[in-house]
Amino acid sequence: MEEGRMVGKAAKVRRVVLTIVGTIIAAYVLFPFYLVVLNAFKAQTSIVASPISFMGASFDQLKTNLSSVVNNSNFNFWYAFGTSFIITVVSLVLLALFGAMAAWVISRNNKKKWSAVIYMIFIASMIIPFQVVMLPLISTFRDVGKFIGISMLQSVPGIVFAYCGFGGAMTVFILTGFIKGIPYDLEEAAAIDGCSPEGTFFRVIFPLLKPVITTVTILNGMWIWNDYLLPSLMLGQNGKVKTLPVAVQAFVGSYVKQWDLILTAALLAIIPMIIIFLFAQKQIMNGMIEGAVKG
Amino acid sequence: MKTNSTGSKMFSLILLAAGLIGLIGALAMDFSGSQNAVRGPMLIIGVVLFFVGLYFFPTLKYHRQIVYVIFLFPLLFSFAVTVIIPLLLGIGYSFTDWTGIKFTQVVGFANYIAMFKDPAFIWSIFITFIFVVMNMVLVNLFAFLLALLCTSGMKGVGFFRASYFLPNLIGGIVLGYIWQFVFNNVLIKITGGISWLVQTRTALMAIVIVYIWQYAGYIMLIYVTGLTQIPGDVLEAAKIDGANATQTLFEVKIPMLASTFTICTFLTLTSAFKQFDVNMALTNGTGSVPNFLGNYLSNGTQMLALNIYNTAIAKNNYALGQAKAVLFFIILACVSLVQVRISNKREVEL
Repeated sequence: MEEGRMVGKAAKVRRVVLTIVGTIIAAYVLFPFYLVVLNAFKAQTSIVASPISFMGASFDQLKTNLSSVVNNSNFNFWYAFGTSFIITVVSLVLLALFGAMAAWVISRNNKKKWSAVIYMIFIASMIIPFQVVMLPLISTFRDVGKFIGISMLQSVPGIVFAYCGFGGAMTVFILTGFIKGIPYDLEEAAAIDGCSPEGTFFRVIFPLLKPVITTVTILNGMWIWNDYLLPSLMLGQNGKVKTLPVAVQAFVGSYVKQWDLILTAALLAIIPMIIIFLFAQKQIMNGMIEGAVKG
Repeated sequence: MKTNSTGSKMFSLILLAAGLIGLIGALAMDFSGSQNAVRGPMLIIGVVLFFVGLYFFPTLKYHRQIVYVIFLFPLLFSFAVTVIIPLLLGIGYSFTDWTGIKFTQVVGFANYIAMFKDPAFIWSIFITFIFVVMNMVLVNLFAFLLALLCTSGMKGVGFFRASYFLPNLIGGIVLGYIWQFVFNNVLIKITGGISWLVQTRTALMAIVIVYIWQYAGYIMLIYVTGLTQIPGDVLEAAKIDGANATQTLFEVKIPMLASTFTICTFLTLTSAFKQFDVNMALTNGTGSVPNFLGNYLSNGTQMLALNIYNTAIAKNNYALGQAKAVLFFIILACVSLVQVRISNKREVEL
């Protein structure tokens, strides 16, 4: 019995040590976030004088910083936020819908050659890095836009279109894998009941895709919301329409070393993500894992 | 099911006809060089009407095929226009004197030869490879240790896991500026001396640190999943056989995680290779190299992706940038093929 108690005690000590190690690492990981929040409460002079301490931090200063960032004509926070929001949401909805439609057709015809070819092209295209298509993409979009008379660059619809194209492969890949696992009997039963193919898809299959569409939406959403390169090239650094990352980059470029403004802008840029993470922690982490394991 | 009544047939044909007229009319305006603002919306409405008409076409035999075409069209079309066409054009442009708008002549391999004569580009390849290898090793090492920590039964695992993962949520541009502040204003206050970002060697280390900070939490999640999927009875058996913690780790856990290691290695490898945002925001590629193959360089921390971007956008040399991008693509494709072969081989062995 004495030995058992010793083991119990050792386990307890071990647990405490592990928790301390974990806390130290967490402190290191969260330290930059702490600095951002803390210094958003300070004026430039006290940030430079003592970036770590609470000295000079006040709510009034936070208000001043916030208003000088939000009302800044170079940053235009709400406009950039709205643009990012619309682009992300519309792209996600379209990717989920069109992706599911395409994946369903591909997986229900998987014995036919054309379906296998389309699927293979999608899979193979996942290794294409953005860098190799970005320059011709811009010129293609410019030419197509001029030709058909709809501006594809510097416009929200153009960017949404591009995200549908770039997100398509991964979305179809993950969705096809899932749809293959849905028994075909379900669809046959619906067909016998007089349901049309499109009716079968929207009433029977689509509702079953909810978990995998959540995964796809998280993966695409994290990427689209944070993406810098594609919007910066398509919208231009100083164009009228800006997404949040592009706006932050332009803002920092025009206020070099003005840390009170830069860190407040950074705070505003990361808050939406953190709020979403707090509410959907499990879904986001599971979605990221699934995406990695399947991709 | 659609009825074969003449009414619905008429309806379908009218829509098809209206769609085609809109489509052809708009295209005619496009080709005749008209600048009429109406032609854009007309084209879109034409396409939509055409598909709606096709959908309502009263045929039992081909209805399923029609639905398939309509379902595939939106994604395939956007995919072709944004990925396939630019890829093919891009490979073609890399053999010309393309200016980003037009090209006047085919120059063969001149761009490819020029880029290998550029010491700054060789340097970029060189540091990118070092960076990729360092990250692959370090991110996986830290991520695996974190995963062991998170599965070791410490208190508040949920909180710790979420905090380690948190940096991964934030975009590279914002992260880069936050860390620029940390290195330039905070660290020098604590340690004294000059900022890490000033000298090329330490600046490269700074990029590695930021990268580990951003990525290890994500890779950790995958290892945690792998570790928790190891069957309990296997660990139980190891314990009964008298294996201590270290033996269990090296002889049971790690071998069983082989496929997880492959996934994580590949993920860190490709993403480190494509690294752009943090590189741009943290150092923007600056840093002096006094003597590299007998040349002075000022792009000490410029990774490949940033080098491609700057060649085309900042220096306005699109053809050269595109040729570099094609090489970048070829390297990544080779890496991916190797990875696929390794994981296939391993699966066969298991």
